Amino acid sequence: MRDTDYNFAYLDEQTKRMIRRAILKGVAVPGYQVPFASREMPMPYGWGTGGVQVTAACLTPEDTLKVIDQGADDTTNAVSIRKFFEKTAEIAVTERTAEATIIQTRHRIPETPLTEAQILVYQVPMPEPLRFLEPSEVETRKMHALQDYGLMHVKLYEDIARHGEIATAYSYPVMVEDRYVMSPSPIPKFDNPRLVSAALQLFGAGREQRIYAVPPHTRVVSLDFEDHPFDPSKAPHPCALCGAEDSYLDEVITDDRGSRMFVCSDTDYCAGRRGEAA
Amino acid sequence: MIPMIHVENLAKNFTLHNQGGASIPVIAGAGFSVAPGECVALTGESGAGKSTVMRILYGNYLAQGGSVRIGTIDITKAEPREILALRRETLGYVSQFLRVVPRVPTLEVVAEPLLALGRPEEEAFDRARDLLTRLRIPERLWTLSPTTFSGGEQQRVNIARGFAHAYPALLLDEPTASLDATNRETVLTLIEEAKAGGAAIVGIFHDLEARARVADREIDVAVFTPKLA
Amino acid sequence: MTPLLDVQSLGKSYGGRIGCADVSLRLYPGEVLGIVGESGSGKSTLLNCLAGHLPPDTGRVIFDTRAEGPRDVLTMSEPERRMLGRTDWAFVHQNPRDGLRMRISAGGNVGERLMAVGARHYGEIRAQATDWLARVEIAEARIDDRPSAFSGGMQQRLQIARNLVTGPRLVFMDEPTGGLDVSVQARLLDLIRGLVRRMGLSAIVVTHDLAVVRLLADRLMVMKDGHVIETGLTDQVLDDPQAPYTQLLVSSVLQV
Repeated sequence: MRDTDYNFAYLDEQTKRMIRRAILKGVAVPGYQVPFASREMPMPYGWGTGGVQVTAACLTPEDTLKVIDQGADDTTNAVSIRKFFEKTAEIAVTERTAEATIIQTRHRIPETPLTEAQILVYQVPMPEPLRFLEPSEVETRKMHALQDYGLMHVKLYEDIARHGEIATAYSYPVMVEDRYVMSPSPIPKFDNPRLVSAALQLFGAGREQRIYAVPPHTRVVSLDFEDHPFDPSKAPHPCALCGAEDSYLDEVITDDRGSRMFVCSDTDYCAGRRGEAA
Repeated sequence: MIPMIHVENLAKNFTLHNQGGASIPVIAGAGFSVAPGECVALTGESGAGKSTVMRILYGNYLAQGGSVRIGTIDITKAEPREILALRRETLGYVSQFLRVVPRVPTLEVVAEPLLALGRPEEEAFDRARDLLTRLRIPERLWTLSPTTFSGGEQQRVNIARGFAHAYPALLLDEPTASLDATNRETVLTLIEEAKAGGAAIVGIFHDLEARARVADREIDVAVFTPKLA
Repeated sequence: MTPLLDVQSLGKSYGGRIGCADVSLRLYPGEVLGIVGESGSGKSTLLNCLAGHLPPDTGRVIFDTRAEGPRDVLTMSEPERRMLGRTDWAFVHQNPRDGLRMRISAGGNVGERLMAVGARHYGEIRAQATDWLARVEIAEARIDDRPSAFSGGMQQRLQIARNLVTGPRLVFMDEPTGGLDVSVQARLLDLIRGLVRRMGLSAIVVTHDLAVVRLLADRLMVMKDGHVIETGLTDQVLDDPQAPYTQLLVSSVLQV
């Protein structure tokens, strides 16, 4: 038995059942935002309360958890959440993508391809992709129900009109299984093609009280125009540490004189490549 | 010959609801016919009801009794859209006063009846240019709205518009009033051309010479005026 | 000829108060119908019921659809009605703020209806938006400006462009020239008239301004206390009004 006073994974079993029902509904209707009774968590909104609740509802004692923030395992947010579950669920944790069964993420999809045995849990600040254009929740729900999505392209139109190209670089909207327009959370658009995955992808928005899902091998298409096709571009550099040319890079300022370097945002991927090379 | 315009037993009252509901009979038992190619002048003192008859013929006033057949349509019983079609295709009206949308260029004002019939723009504007030239509206004014023109110019624009399409039935309300001799001559020629083209015309002409020249018959509307009890 | 719109005994009450009662009308292709009356006469209620913005209590609104012929709009499903609302129908609000997206550029406002019906080619959408801005006399250079930077008259013209870009057959207009300066009104009326004629549009125009209906409408309907009290050709109703109220209305207009 555990020596803590917490229920397994912090949440009580009734709450986890409620969240699992929302997850199942989300899996059954890919891309559809399922309302759920989000609980107060011992962390502020914006720090991943939605993702943590989804992770808590999915965890079993046999799971191995990985938590990343912007691709890194060693940032405050990632470390805190990992420790939270180590303490409340006493599960195994890892920084290796391939070893994890559940990966909670903020703003990235790991570079290493995921498998059907894995679950990727996203922290979502704003689940409604239409919100920028339509402030009324009643109206956006109706628009989803009626597939009334012209407005979504208006946003992309505005981008091209103002910047000459679709300037949306993150939270780039996608069409899921030809039915629902969905926000992929603020991942870079570079990651969008990886939304088509073997892993189950779950999205939790704590403050907005929404859960949605993309089941394995679901069709996910980034919205675009015929004459301005979707382009998952990245910085035109190799990683300064591991030399990878196919990974998403962070720009790191290295001194006060403006020197900079580009390194993989996925720390595990980068470390793994350097380990191989060594 | 079958008359183009046939009026029978026409009656018109004005009921003034806001002045104690007084009903004023202005026309009773009016009847006449106009054949194609014929011009009939309505005469009578001012206030005798000449303009009222014209307005009933155009569907602008409602009749309280009788019938007014223009071509095949009885205008006193027709649906609004039938009257609109009649006005577009068959029945023209030249009044003394121009009423147009502000800002529309003169050329377009004149071409509009043809454009409304779906004629090609080129044909419509050619005809408009021809009429404006004949009526001596200086070309520099064609692109301006006639709302700012002098009274005489406005009247000539109105006449040009009225003659743009060769209506089989034409109503003329003092077409030559306040025109100089040259323009008056042009208007009379236009009327003669319309008659020669087979138009049935009903007109009010205070200009006695003009009336004598174009009218085949005169009808004194005084006989249609109800005797006041 | 099949009427484009056939309204039968339409009625709407707000609790015990009558919005409009027993209204029937037929609108034929290419016709412009004016509805006049003072504030509270029920003309706006009627327009909103016809356009599907308000559910009426009684009656039928039968529209001659392109694909399936006459259909009762009130029994259509919401998606069908929305599709109608952005293809064959258009609604011009009195206040352009109600009919425009103020945070979206002029081009985006015009393009939205195209994208809503499936246009996915940016270049073509933009070309059509440019064309329509020109038709409503807005310079191409303003295509990326937001409507908030436009004058009232320009906003109203933009709203018209946004509405007409999908080539609708029926346009509802609620006091389209209300709140504009007289000279701006004239320009707008001229524009609407030209578009109506060139596109063969049918329109229902609600206004309290008799000068507007004289210039725009073929036919007139006069409303008072929710009831239609007189109908007829526009010039006939204005020049030879029959009902006591219409006589009062016409005689109350200031002559210039």
